[in-house]
Amino acid sequence: MTARRLWAATRKGLFLVEEGAGGFRIAATRFLGDHATMVLADRRDGAVYAALEHGHFGAKLHRSDDRGGTFREIAAPKYPTQPEGEVEAKNWTTGQPIQWKLRKVWSLETAGDDRPGALWAGTIPGGLFLSKDRGASWEIVEPLWRHPDRKRWFGGGEPEPGIHSIVVDPRNSRRVFVAVSCGGVWLTEDGGETWTCRADGMRAEYMPPEQQRDPVIQDPHRMVACAAAPDVLWCQHHNGVFRSTDGAKSWQEITQVNPSVFGFAVGVHPRDPDLAWLVPAIKDEKRIPVDGKVVVARTRDGAKTFDILRNGLPQEHAYDLVFRHGLDVHPDGDAVAVGSTTGSLWITGDRGETWQTVSEHLPPVYCVRWE
Amino acid sequence: MPRVVFTANLQRHVSCPPSVVPGRTVREALDAVFASNERARGYVLDDQGELRTNMAVFVDGEMLRDRRGLSDAVGESAEIHVMQALSGG
Repeated sequence: MTARRLWAATRKGLFLVEEGAGGFRIAATRFLGDHATMVLADRRDGAVYAALEHGHFGAKLHRSDDRGGTFREIAAPKYPTQPEGEVEAKNWTTGQPIQWKLRKVWSLETAGDDRPGALWAGTIPGGLFLSKDRGASWEIVEPLWRHPDRKRWFGGGEPEPGIHSIVVDPRNSRRVFVAVSCGGVWLTEDGGETWTCRADGMRAEYMPPEQQRDPVIQDPHRMVACAAAPDVLWCQHHNGVFRSTDGAKSWQEITQVNPSVFGFAVGVHPRDPDLAWLVPAIKDEKRIPVDGKVVVARTRDGAKTFDILRNGLPQEHAYDLVFRHGLDVHPDGDAVAVGSTTGSLWITGDRGETWQTVSEHLPPVYCVRWE
Repeated sequence: MPRVVFTANLQRHVSCPPSVVPGRTVREALDAVFASNERARGYVLDDQGELRTNMAVFVDGEMLRDRRGLSDAVGESAEIHVMQALSGG
């Protein structure tokens, strides 16, 4: 069996974790000291993509063609020229109109096995970009950017809205879901030409009563789909956990997650749509683990019941929070990685029964991705 | 012709040696530098061609006034310093 490899994107660089005889260990660092917001290992051609956010110098993308040995800079997504007088939505914290400028690459996904070299990138503020040439150039998806409802999106954890989840239907790569904080879930079935909001059933207690069911203002924190059954989608939402079994035509709220329904990350097994992992925390103004104990909640029966997994995870005065890209499920469906804001990285090889601590001293972890 | 000097902190990401270039405004002078160093453009200017929020430009010691259009005039022997604003103390 090929040794499993994981990339972690952190506040201070990329970390490569490799499996060996003694378990998983950090094997290499890249971009040490730089703020890495996203990483993607492209299983079609072996490339590794890294998104950086230099405070002064802007957001950049790099690609490695030797499995992470060396990286070189590629093009970053570029917003179209903002027309004079264009009335824009407001930045949530400053009250100033949003500017058409790249702030962060927040999600990166491959665009389908039938489209080699094609990539999707989700950005802040609220952009979706397509590259057909392995990141040498990017084009904004105009129909979504110009959609009138796009200006109803607003910031959540970030002051401006952003696309953090991109799900490509493995049966048809022209069918793509994106999830937006805060702007609901959107689906195109024609490769990006037309878009419809697909968040019916989601609920937002943080809005006035008459707007709580409005699909366009929902705050999905993270959305994933089962590769073998892509009509089953799981969503960790600001307001709780939601699941769809009909391709996001409708969403059902899941209230029986212990110890809490709040969190950011969610992962689903690649072949079993009923098997999913969550990392619960106290909602939402506290955002710490319940009772200072880090646990993973796992369901094996489509959310009817949840196991609380804690074997190997810290159970005393642990205040780790796992952000939306901080959990990833290996294609084998057995290994799951979890990285936290306080620099802990845990990996299980048995679906969560036991966890290995890879490190408790990393920089804040934003994203973990298996090769 | 004006001389353009870039902050040493930028050199870690993209090489930007001092350049003597033609230009009557900051925009013209920077465009002249970036014509042969396109990668550097994206580190100094944003998507809309404006000076990045946390960057600073000084012309003969005076801070740039027009951060959007970069229309500040530069003299024949001006020194243009492209710096980064301090952050985090």
